[in-house]
Amino acid sequence: MDTIFALSSGLPPAAIAVVRISGPLAGPALATLAGGLPLPRHASLRRLRDRAGTPLDDALALWFPGPDTATGEDLAELHLHGGRAVVAGVERALGALAGLRRAEPGEFTRRAFANGRIDLAEAEGLADLLAAETELQRRAALDLAGGALSRRVDGWRDRLLILSAALEAVLDFADEDDVAALPPGFAGDVAALRDDLGTALDAPHAEALREGFRVVLAGPPNAGKSTLFNALVESEAAITAASPGTTRDVLVRPVAIGGIPFSFIDTAGLRDEGAGEIEAIGIERALAEFGRADCVLWLGPEGEGPAGAWEIAAQVDRGAAIGKAAPRAAVSALTGEGMAGLKEDLVATAMRTLARPGTTALNARQRALVRDAAAALEGAIGQADPLLLAEQLRLARVAFDRLTGRAATEDVLDALFGRFCIGK
Amino acid sequence: MHSFDILVVGGGHAGCEAAAVAARMGARTALVSFDLSAIGAMSCNPAIGGLGKGHLVREVDAFDGLIGRAADAAAIHYRMLNRSKGSAVWGPRIQADRRLFKAAIQRMIAEQDNLTSIEGEAAELILAGGAVRGLVLADGTRIEARAVILCTGTFLGGTLFRGEERIVGGRIGEASAQRLAAQLREAVLPMARLKTGTPPRLDGRTIAWSRLEEQPSDADGWTMSPLTPDRANPQLFCAITRTNPRSHDVIRENLHRSPLFTGAIDARGPRYCPSIEDKIHRFADRDGHQVFLEPEGLDTPLIYPNGISTSLPAEVQLAMLRTMEGLERVEMAVPGYAVEYDHIDPRALHPTLELRAIPGLHCAGQINGTTGYEEAAAQGLIAGLHAAACVVSRETPALDRANSYMAVMVDDLTLHGVSEPYRMLTARAEYRLRLRANNAASRLTPLAIAAGCVGEERRERFERREADRGDWTAALERQVPAADLAGSGLPVREHGRHALREWLRFGGVELRDLAAWLPAGLDPASELAAEMAEDAAYAPYLARQDAEIRDLRASEAVGLGPRFAFAEVPGLSREMVERLEAAKPATLSAAGRIPGITPAALAALLVHARRAAQAA
Repeated sequence: MDTIFALSSGLPPAAIAVVRISGPLAGPALATLAGGLPLPRHASLRRLRDRAGTPLDDALALWFPGPDTATGEDLAELHLHGGRAVVAGVERALGALAGLRRAEPGEFTRRAFANGRIDLAEAEGLADLLAAETELQRRAALDLAGGALSRRVDGWRDRLLILSAALEAVLDFADEDDVAALPPGFAGDVAALRDDLGTALDAPHAEALREGFRVVLAGPPNAGKSTLFNALVESEAAITAASPGTTRDVLVRPVAIGGIPFSFIDTAGLRDEGAGEIEAIGIERALAEFGRADCVLWLGPEGEGPAGAWEIAAQVDRGAAIGKAAPRAAVSALTGEGMAGLKEDLVATAMRTLARPGTTALNARQRALVRDAAAALEGAIGQADPLLLAEQLRLARVAFDRLTGRAATEDVLDALFGRFCIGK
Repeated sequence: MHSFDILVVGGGHAGCEAAAVAARMGARTALVSFDLSAIGAMSCNPAIGGLGKGHLVREVDAFDGLIGRAADAAAIHYRMLNRSKGSAVWGPRIQADRRLFKAAIQRMIAEQDNLTSIEGEAAELILAGGAVRGLVLADGTRIEARAVILCTGTFLGGTLFRGEERIVGGRIGEASAQRLAAQLREAVLPMARLKTGTPPRLDGRTIAWSRLEEQPSDADGWTMSPLTPDRANPQLFCAITRTNPRSHDVIRENLHRSPLFTGAIDARGPRYCPSIEDKIHRFADRDGHQVFLEPEGLDTPLIYPNGISTSLPAEVQLAMLRTMEGLERVEMAVPGYAVEYDHIDPRALHPTLELRAIPGLHCAGQINGTTGYEEAAAQGLIAGLHAAACVVSRETPALDRANSYMAVMVDDLTLHGVSEPYRMLTARAEYRLRLRANNAASRLTPLAIAAGCVGEERRERFERREADRGDWTAALERQVPAADLAGSGLPVREHGRHALREWLRFGGVELRDLAAWLPAGLDPASELAAEMAEDAAYAPYLARQDAEIRDLRASEAVGLGPRFAFAEVPGLSREMVERLEAAKPATLSAAGRIPGITPAALAALLVHARRAAQAA
């Protein structure tokens, strides 16, 4: 296994730059640069030198012997003065050592996962974090990487275990007088848990965060779609589209406005292409885009756009060329009139729709499992046969355990015996 | 010098099943016991079966084992526990006349071909090259064997406790196997001590029965084993009394004299079968606990008070008893006591119940940290079956958590170990809906026949049953319109035409209501019919479980190999490595069932196993 290194703080120049080294040769590499290994888990001030003895920096050196480290391997950290030349010099010195190489993107995380330091949900979060390009994505990914989802699932699972324990006690011990019937709040607790899962499912999806808030511009030819599209995306920071929706047929531009990821989609090319069959295909695709959109900006005649579309009065500089009685926005891409207001409106709407900090966005895998659990609880409600009720709760537990990867029956028994006096 | 294929040490429930199944499979088998007249003794409660336990009895019976038939031969009271719930959690339980039970077991052991009984104390294992080769008895007799099955119960280093008294022994009035225990301890096997207890026995002639609530035997004629045609004995009733605040005061005043509380016994006892002093200490808010008064036999006045196992001094036991309704003048025949005994950490066993460290040496029953006759019998069957299969070169049956409680138990034991005596509960079986006490034969007898451990009578019976099943399956496919059912007054909830099996699933319609649409000759009241109707009712659930079980069996395919070096998996904490090394899971899915193994650790195992597979 190679030993890898990388600058793990922000780009220089900065006050401090942290270089991490992970792998079997992390110790020898640190000893070479710092003239010996510092005490494990103590920060020591060392003069770093390359192999030729040239001083590189006075730095804090830290030594974390594996496996109890962030990556599960031997790990060294150098806290350098954050100048470009210093960082470059240290990286050059490390790269010159045999068996060391620069880390690939995400490689520290992959090693942490492979070495059992983080679970799947946390790894998913870290992966998102690395790919995060906007502030909102970063905060959501940080929640996931910090175990917010795992903690939330554990909370659901604990509630379910208490319900299962009460039910199993009735099933296995009801003939003894110590355990009689289900506690009075049982059905209410099952329903409450199902509702909480429903709320989690209704929350915005992780994919929405990655792909951004989808805004489709639509309207008949020459309504000013392309001009508005360009005005919306041109001055904004382009971000890389993780979305596979970047196709030849529709023009997609991912940008960040106010820290919020957006994808603007221009359907302009579609109808302009011509008539007949091709146009039919184009319309079909435009309709499909409407279906996936979080918001449609309608530039055509008032009331003829798709349901829920925002009526936009475009080209207001041309006077009342396309006049609307009650437009959501009246803009001119040419003069910039109304553009700031439209963007603010979009940002505010996107903020409401996309995940807010403190809520955890679920990705497709997680959502499918939460949906399984919610369906199982739904089936539990009103189930009169305690045996089938128990089976429904078990199915919900299986779904949670798949989310975090754990077996459950022993936990139920522990919860059961802690709460009841059972004996015969 | 004597020589056998298989030697079984101990004549309790585990030992008898182990010896009998090995002999049924054609292995030359010997059963060694301190006292041949004690073979088949019930050392604690005179009952067989119960919730979860009844399932085990039926499963052992499906392999043509002894316990179900012996229970029927001795039964003086039948009770189907949990009958108000779905049949998957019904618990068939009988009370046995101790004398008749022992006689039935001894008769079956005596009639079994290939099986010899030897009286003596198993003093020492003969070991050669690390594997077991036989046994030396206390009188110096050497007996060679290819496999030895230890079913020593509480006799391994057993000590009895009653108040301030200490008695070395496995049961009251009987010796314990101290030399064998010492040898096993020297063999550096992971061993620990557990505790169990038994209540005092009462003289039924001194109980005021007329003032107590009676519990009669079930009126319908069900039996433990389908091979038993009819109930053999007159049926007796039980009675119920309760402890009360005065009883609790007596116990509380004397807690300092109970070895459980003085620290004399520090081994863990079962949480679900606690002593009465434990119940009162842990659940101080309760002002009474139920006590079942169960007769010990037809021709004995002895009564077993179920629910008050205790190790208090004898005079305190008597004082406590006499505070209870109906027991004001009761006399004690034998006081209760607690037993502390050696057991092996079952994580040291293969799923065949053979010790990993000593090839050829198997363990079954309380020695593996379990409690209960039924748990013991099932392990005896598993150990005897695997030891014999090895000797006679036969394939062993594929038992897993999805087809038997027996496999659930073995899997739990060998992966989790025990921190208290292990008792079977239906909550332990995740596929409970398909593991019913009443379908044990359907689930397991085909495997048992293939393994060669089923006698002629049961095999013929089973084949007839399978033929009937074919008839039933065809009959339940008959399409019947809703109007026809409604026309005969049935509460129909669906419209249209459906197969009879689907009408059973919709609810509101029972099999007995459908006689008019069934061919003549099929009896809706038969035991097979009930099983078919339940399968139909549970069908959607069973189908969903099928998918889950396919996943389970797929993840069983990620093998970790016998010499998998858990310590070398990068990133596993020392705690994870210790848990994994102790249980040595053979597959990734087994590793996932070890308690405390984190998802992150499983990911690490998976990655390491894949790397190892790629390197190979």
